[in-house]
Amino acid sequence: MRKAATVQELPGVSQSKTEVRPSAFAWSELASRLRPYLYLAPALICFILFFFYPIGSIIYLSFQDWSLINLEQMEWVGLQNYQDLMVDGDFHQVLGNTAVFTIATVGIGLTLSFLLALWLNKKAKVYGIIQATVFSPHIISLVSVSMLWMWLMDPQFGLLNAGLEAVGLPAYTWLTDPKSSLLSLIIVSIWKGVGYNTLIFIAGLQSIPGDIYEAAALDQSPWWRTLRRITIPMLSPTIFFLLIINTISSFQAFDTIAIMTQGGPINSTNMLVYYIYEQGMDFYNGGIASAASVILLILVGILTAVHFLVMSKRVHYR
Amino acid sequence: MYRVILASRKTVEWIGLLIVAFLFVFPFLWMASTAFKTMPEVRQFPPTLLPETWEWSNFAQAWESGPFLMYTWNSILVAVGILILQFLTAVPAAYAFARYKFPGRNLLFGLVLIVLMIPGQVIFLPIYVQLSGWGLVNTLWSLILPYAASAFGIFLLRQAFMQVPDEVIEAARLDNASEWKIMWTIMVPMAKPVLVTFGLFSFIYHWNDYFWPLIMTNSDEVRTLPIGISSLHMSDGGTLWNVMMAGNMILILPILVIFFVAQRHIIKAFIYQSK
Repeated sequence: MRKAATVQELPGVSQSKTEVRPSAFAWSELASRLRPYLYLAPALICFILFFFYPIGSIIYLSFQDWSLINLEQMEWVGLQNYQDLMVDGDFHQVLGNTAVFTIATVGIGLTLSFLLALWLNKKAKVYGIIQATVFSPHIISLVSVSMLWMWLMDPQFGLLNAGLEAVGLPAYTWLTDPKSSLLSLIIVSIWKGVGYNTLIFIAGLQSIPGDIYEAAALDQSPWWRTLRRITIPMLSPTIFFLLIINTISSFQAFDTIAIMTQGGPINSTNMLVYYIYEQGMDFYNGGIASAASVILLILVGILTAVHFLVMSKRVHYR
Repeated sequence: MYRVILASRKTVEWIGLLIVAFLFVFPFLWMASTAFKTMPEVRQFPPTLLPETWEWSNFAQAWESGPFLMYTWNSILVAVGILILQFLTAVPAAYAFARYKFPGRNLLFGLVLIVLMIPGQVIFLPIYVQLSGWGLVNTLWSLILPYAASAFGIFLLRQAFMQVPDEVIEAARLDNASEWKIMWTIMVPMAKPVLVTFGLFSFIYHWNDYFWPLIMTNSDEVRTLPIGISSLHMSDGGTLWNVMMAGNMILILPILVIFFVAQRHIIKAFIYQSK
């Protein structure tokens, strides 16, 4: 076994190759050729079982009428599930909610994070502490974050309304009014995510070479022009990365919905993953849930593909 | 005059920093404060900042409202079990990607990157069907096995292994160390900071996870802390906010303690995702 390594991977240490006896040669070479695959096997088997096979499986399941109660009874229905989704008003609303939620959380969240990063990107210790503070919600379970905000948003005893009343504003029914429920989830999501984005932005800002800024300072470029002509273009890979990552993760919104609103009131906060969960696990419409999963998979797949394409192009430019 | 402007700018900046810190820290402090209040005080208007009487029994009430010892134990088993399996699968895979040239390497690594980018929530249904076919639904295995390999872990460790100088490995090979031994006794210790970083990331992620245990389990014997805590607000007869917040403290305290101790590593772990 041990000598096998010498044949393939050791161009520099070829003298030990001569020690291999001719009869053992073929075997050891085969072993060394197989070795990387053997090392990869455990991980790849897991990925096949719990990622690639399920992806094929979900496409297959989306053409069936089935339910989790009785998996034996599967019936091929072709595109019926997709047609059902297309005429389903609830599903339209789910897509709309997902779109509004994504655009709002990503748009507002990234803008706030960018401004915070410009401000907090300084060496002094205080800024480090504030960075960690802003980041801290990111490592807390969404269960706790959701329950905490339910308490803050409680219409009767919640702190947010107490604050509003203290300054003479009317109290608000945050989560129980379909007009404000989605907005409330957006606030929670931005609060939780802004710290992560800020730190990624700061990491991006710190990788911009300082001499570019020195040159700009020598030209007496005003700060907004430096921002527009240097910082933002130099940061564009980071901005693009965060756009993709944040969009994908807001497609996945589930915990806040399940704990704070259960998709209500009147479907106003129902989004894709929650809809799939509801259809599959509560209403036993496996086919509909699978078709919705495939739609989600396509959306995420497109984003991932765009990400790879743009990022690999960037590497070529360098 | 200039000095006055400079001083006032500094003051404005300090006030700004305090407001930002307040926005992100205060909700947690409010959680802690509520966790110690009596129910009448929770409903009091205007609200009190600190509890007038410290009601420690909220924690006992939260803890006794369900089999929380079991939930905690399950949470530890799942998070640690996943961590160990991910370590065992990621180290050889990362070593292969970092140190060997073989046909199909780029293709296989591309597959790992796809796994890294597509969230598992998209395919929870077929995984459920599959696990239920194996009779594993509602067991701890259904929480652990789907996460036995981590694309992120492979990605991160590969970077670390690539940075180990060739001379170190060549020296070991000259000493007739087997590849297997080189991997575990030379590469792994040298990648220790990255392993710690990844371990923290994985542990925090799975400790906090709510979605997967909710989908895969339906009995207390195999449920984890986030599920137990979330069931606190289903109590009838008005929401017991103080007990709920006490329960949440139980869930977040271990993570907060880890965060204070290993803040740099944790931030690095989450930032690494962007590389």
